Amino acid sequence: MSAVESYATKLVRNRMGLWLFVISDAFVFVGLFIARMVLLGDTRPHLDQGLGLGVTIMLLISSFFMNRAEVEMAHGNRPAFLRNIFITMALGVIFLVGVVGVEWQIAHFGPADGQQGAVFYAMTGFHAFHVLTGVIFLFIVWNNGRRGHYSAEKHWAVEACAIYWHFVDVVWMFFYVGLYLLGTPIV
Amino acid sequence: MRFFSTSMFRGLIAQVAGTVLGMGLAMALRVVFGLPLSSPIEAEDAHIREVIVVVGVLVGAIAFLVGSGVFTDWFKWARGEETSDDHTPDPSKPNWMRYFSVDFDHKVIGVQYGVTSLLLLLFGGIFAMLFRIELSGSGITFLNSEIFKVLLGYDGPHLYNTLMSLHGIVMIAGILLGVGAMSNYLVPMLIGANDMAFPRLNAFAFWINVPGAAILLSSLFFGGFDTGWVGYPPLSLRAPLGMQMFLIGVYLVGLSSIAGSINVIVTTLTMRAKGMSLFRMPIFCWAALATALLQFSATQLIGLSFQLVMLERLMGMSFFDSLQGGDPVLYQHLFWFYSHPAVYVFILPGLGVISELLPVFGRKPLYGYRWVALSSFGIAVVSFFVWAHHMFVSGMSPFLRIPFMYSTLLVAVPTGVKFFSWAATIWQGKTIFKTPMLFALGAVVIFLLGGVTGPPLATIATDLHLHDTWFVVGHFHDTMFGGFIFPFVAAIFYWFPKMSGRMYNEKQGKIQFWLMFIGFMLMSNLQLILGLLGMRRRVVDFDAALGFDTMQLALTIGGFMVFFGMLLFAYNIIRSWTKGEVAEGNVWDSRSPEWQKPNPMPLHNYEQPFEVVGEPYDYGLPNSRYVNMNPAGGSPSAH
Repeated sequence: MSAVESYATKLVRNRMGLWLFVISDAFVFVGLFIARMVLLGDTRPHLDQGLGLGVTIMLLISSFFMNRAEVEMAHGNRPAFLRNIFITMALGVIFLVGVVGVEWQIAHFGPADGQQGAVFYAMTGFHAFHVLTGVIFLFIVWNNGRRGHYSAEKHWAVEACAIYWHFVDVVWMFFYVGLYLLGTPIV
Repeated sequence: MRFFSTSMFRGLIAQVAGTVLGMGLAMALRVVFGLPLSSPIEAEDAHIREVIVVVGVLVGAIAFLVGSGVFTDWFKWARGEETSDDHTPDPSKPNWMRYFSVDFDHKVIGVQYGVTSLLLLLFGGIFAMLFRIELSGSGITFLNSEIFKVLLGYDGPHLYNTLMSLHGIVMIAGILLGVGAMSNYLVPMLIGANDMAFPRLNAFAFWINVPGAAILLSSLFFGGFDTGWVGYPPLSLRAPLGMQMFLIGVYLVGLSSIAGSINVIVTTLTMRAKGMSLFRMPIFCWAALATALLQFSATQLIGLSFQLVMLERLMGMSFFDSLQGGDPVLYQHLFWFYSHPAVYVFILPGLGVISELLPVFGRKPLYGYRWVALSSFGIAVVSFFVWAHHMFVSGMSPFLRIPFMYSTLLVAVPTGVKFFSWAATIWQGKTIFKTPMLFALGAVVIFLLGGVTGPPLATIATDLHLHDTWFVVGHFHDTMFGGFIFPFVAAIFYWFPKMSGRMYNEKQGKIQFWLMFIGFMLMSNLQLILGLLGMRRRVVDFDAALGFDTMQLALTIGGFMVFFGMLLFAYNIIRSWTKGEVAEGNVWDSRSPEWQKPNPMPLHNYEQPFEVVGEPYDYGLPNSRYVNMNPAGGSPSAH
């Protein structure tokens, strides 16, 4: 048997490995959500609803473009792939700026101010770190795609990036509910 | 000196440089943001120092990984460069260098894990011996010696607490690495694969342990910490800087555990030899798979709980401090959600080794293969629902105790399956008492002791009495020695010819076994008895009027016997690695595929894939075959 294995064999393993990682990572977010339920119960941090809804919409839309990027690559349409992945990346950056750059600055509390501070900054911080790594991943894929890597048959990196990005998006759906919608605001 | 060009050396240099750089960076950032670099108030000054040191240590850990070269291929991928999948080592370099360098061969990584594991077990043992000397009589004497004050800056009770805490966590790190050693070395070989599914991830998973272990051990020099290995807040929020080293070190070891387990799962599920259905795998692979399922999911929660403690210490985010409205019991839930499954992570591979060895040395089929295979999964599944049995006295809702008591007692069922299988397997066998078999049998006996001392702790009424006594200590050491230490030693002896191509010294092995077995029995039974008599655990001193002095002295002697047994073990394997008798062929008359190959195992395990044609453990049945090593030629059905 040769030491070099076929792309298809590797793809099966890569997919399984990535999904295992996603499940594993999900445990962190479940743990954070449980911490939120224990510490805040039926109250929630006092936050800017408009901003929260805005960044959530940005992230949701970015997942749509991520999906388009992957499909275009699977069809071998490189320009459309690059365009879509760039939009995804831009929306991801807007989300980060919205959460870390604006929401963190205008919040009425700091990380050291009681349970709402602890929970809010921990949940958004852990999630923002994942968005940041996702944006870096997107940039790498975009940059390599620009230089002619990936084909309709072989684009595992694009697929992996899409799975990861959707995962980060799904996590935010729960966190948005947990931080902005559940319970009554702490005044 | 060629050592200077190894990943180990380059990584450690990079770590030191990275730590200094990171501390400088933290200070520079503080200056930029107008924050003070020191404070006249003692507590604030310590806090500023802590922030700077933590940033430095984290940067240092990353610098180690970059410097050692585990990231090199991934950086190339990110830049869009191709890397070679041919991992044949450079013939111009001596073989020993592979063990100190980033290498993608699972056998090398397995040995790297194993040696690091034994080193950590040695450190953990030294810590234990130090506080055992103190505990061998009433009154604080030994730990008040001048030398400790000079070396570490603290002594007496705080030193005891630090040593006791470090003993626990360093042993746990060592055990996790030992589990990694067994999974990495054995799984691909047993299922007929030539390497793990993700060789680079595998190398990463090993190398991250090195800075992790270094940081963990360094806590001794950062003021220590006095929380025990559990790190409960609020105590862990007020402990010295050493606490942070503990949190970061364990976090890195946990990352290794997650990365390694994903690799084991994918390897087992996708890379088995032709004809090897799941129920024809060697039984160890079932244990490794169940272990990996626990590791890749539950470990995240200890990571999370430790990060939250770090954040609380660094930024004052009040998760767990009840003075600020936090909830210390929340920490215990998050912590035990990992740390209970973790003890099954420690023991399942060991129990797999026992099931693997008994048929070989008993020359009989493994009794109830399917039941044993599924019992590992049974233990893994049940273990997710038992964590709060550690918290019967924590102040959590009393009604939660009842379901956790029942789920905990349920663990006895799958574990019992294993015991009955072992008993039936050795029943009326023609047992060959070689050293690996002695250790496997010793493990069964010791683990049984751990098993029967479990229910009194799982039952609420008795646990309220026994909680936080030496009875818990005795029970836990029984499970760890029966479930990990003895099987691990057995596995190293058993597969030693595969690793080195030579035999260990049988006589020394047998002396080691009796030294450790008798010493351990003395130690653990006295722990149990002292606990029943009311000896509290984690205390540096006890009242002479309790009359425990003689028993404590005997306990220390037992502990030292175990310690010297392990030293003899180290001597045996180090010497035999180069000077042992050459081991030719199938040393143990095993049916397993790896023993059909020469010793040591060839570079790429199976140049020619084999085919599984029968059941793995049909020892003693005439004309039964497990593997056909040469499926292309010879067999008439080949086409």
